[in-house]
Amino acid sequence: MDAGLDGDQGLTRVAAFLHRRAGVRLSLLLSAPLAWLGLAYLGALAALLVTAFYSTDTFTGELVRTFTWANFRDLVTVEVYRTIALRSIGVALAVTAIDLVVAFPMAFAMAKLASPRARRWLVIAVLTPLWASYLVKAYAWRVMLSSGGLLGWGFGVTATVLTLAYLWLPYMILPIYAGLERLPGSLLEAAGDLGARAGRVFRTVIWPLTFPAVIAGSIFTFSLSLGDYIAVKIVGGRSQLIGNVVYDNIGAANNLPFAAAVATVPVVIMLIYLAAVRRTGALENL
Amino acid sequence: MRPTGTVITAAALVLVTACGGGSTTPTGGAAPAPGHTGFVPPKIDALQNLGTGEGEVNLVAWAGYVEDGTNDPKVDWVTPFEQETGCQVNTKVAGTSDEMVTLMRTGQYDAVSASGDASLRLIAAGTVAPVNTSLIPNYTDVFDGLKSKPWNSVDGVPYGVPHGRGANLLMWRTDTVKPAPDSWSVVFDPNSPYKGKVTAYDSPIYIADAAVYLMATKPDLGIKNPYALDDKQFQAAVDLLKQQKQIVGEYWSDYTKEIQAFKSGDSVVGTTWQVIVNVAKSEKAPVEAVLPKEGATGWSDTWMVAAKAAHPNCAYRWLDWIISPTANAQVAEYFGEAPSNAKSCEETADAEHCETFHATDETYFSKVHYWTTPIAQCLDGRTDVKCKDYSEWTRAWTEIKG
Repeated sequence: MDAGLDGDQGLTRVAAFLHRRAGVRLSLLLSAPLAWLGLAYLGALAALLVTAFYSTDTFTGELVRTFTWANFRDLVTVEVYRTIALRSIGVALAVTAIDLVVAFPMAFAMAKLASPRARRWLVIAVLTPLWASYLVKAYAWRVMLSSGGLLGWGFGVTATVLTLAYLWLPYMILPIYAGLERLPGSLLEAAGDLGARAGRVFRTVIWPLTFPAVIAGSIFTFSLSLGDYIAVKIVGGRSQLIGNVVYDNIGAANNLPFAAAVATVPVVIMLIYLAAVRRTGALENL
Repeated sequence: MRPTGTVITAAALVLVTACGGGSTTPTGGAAPAPGHTGFVPPKIDALQNLGTGEGEVNLVAWAGYVEDGTNDPKVDWVTPFEQETGCQVNTKVAGTSDEMVTLMRTGQYDAVSASGDASLRLIAAGTVAPVNTSLIPNYTDVFDGLKSKPWNSVDGVPYGVPHGRGANLLMWRTDTVKPAPDSWSVVFDPNSPYKGKVTAYDSPIYIADAAVYLMATKPDLGIKNPYALDDKQFQAAVDLLKQQKQIVGEYWSDYTKEIQAFKSGDSVVGTTWQVIVNVAKSEKAPVEAVLPKEGATGWSDTWMVAAKAAHPNCAYRWLDWIISPTANAQVAEYFGEAPSNAKSCEETADAEHCETFHATDETYFSKVHYWTTPIAQCLDGRTDVKCKDYSEWTRAWTEIKG
């Protein structure tokens, strides 16, 4: 903001100018975040989409910048990609469901039953696993699931779902906990006073009011699971998800265009998911 | 979602060891002339005279190839080089062959430790220059089995100096797999008694392992080079791998993961590297490994000099240094592969190193088909058919895993 030759006077003038022009002030304040959002965030996505219509020279590995539908045609016509996409959606849904079932009672206990002192400790306990490395946690599950391990269930899709459900659990607990905390205890007491049993209170009071929070949590667990490729490499046995196809095409084959085409699949799935969520009205209450 | 340092290191390690070698292998009389790969490289002259060093050299290398003591104070063959030549070494570690090719294209680097799946592309694009081996005294001591090979030379003109080599072996747990296998059939037989405990390498290049097996078991397919597969041969290899998937427990790409799987018994038989065998044994896993009778795939890396190197004199000095007996022995031991210099065997800290890694055993390596990137032009010299290129191998690999 050093606008003038003699700093102080120049600064005052700039401040006065900005004070008079609210529009300039606003646009200056917004320009940095908007540039970030537009260039770095959406721009990267746009670049991805554009790349998906290119191809690569198979020998030199250079991008061939001519428009082609070939990548998307392969994506739709080759059966294996559909199988992998459906498997990935299945895994993401299963992870979300498991996390919801585990997280809701946990969050309820934290928000409504625990003393304020215990609540603080419980929040810390939920957050602590986030401080440990992703890999350490995934390998811990590998050790537990391996045949000589604590559980010994072996590797595969089920193992992947379990591991991901464990990894993303805090992302489900925290939004629901925040939602439940905002729910006034008096509403629950009122429902009880009017004779509603626990099930009815849950169905008619708690669930509708915390639904947006549940949706927020599910967006986290669903999208994080959909994009994951490391956990499945560690505990997935011979299985693979969308992320692995993207990774293999960039890392091994240097086929960025096809990888970009594959990467649009989770983006589209998330857009559909968000559109569906929007229809329920949950987004307006967030 | 969160590729941390460890995963990157692991991936780098895997790729380092994975991406190797050349194209054709002299497994009999059928191999074509060295360097015959069906393309003419741009004409670039090799350095004629060695001048004074430029004071620094910029290298692109695999992790573990250029160690200056920062990773492990005891592992350092760069500092003595800097003291002796006055060339300050700047290293850029690359994670994949593709990254190496991209980095070398920037023109900011003088030399690269290219694997066979990068070297040909670098030569064809004119990114690297032929190497005048008379300026590299240590070149004379390099094993003949590594000189003037299709992945480091074109029509007899050398494009680099060999760094080291290794083979992909068949490893098994001695307590469960009996009798000791001597053939890849144990991992390809659909009725294998080890169903669900078989492991295979998780990379498209593993299709070549199936091709090596088919060379021995289905000679009527006419596979001469496991990296030059036409439609029919490729389909046969893919079908074999799809059938194999039924008995595979897991695919491995991270070498710590395989060690752990063999230790716990989740995997009892499958493909491996010598360094994995050594580590697993040192951790008391009851494993043995063999080069099966059908032969195997493997890797062989080459140090190359950039065509537009800003520091060619220091680059040549580095090439000479890295294949000098002492440095070559150090890097081979640190990385776990066979050294390229015959005299290195007397310099290794472990006197058995060369024996363990079969450094002097040319019959052993004659059965090894060094890794290379498959291209549309058949690497075995056929011109009447088109071969499957690596992007098709990658897609097939995705389909095999399903």
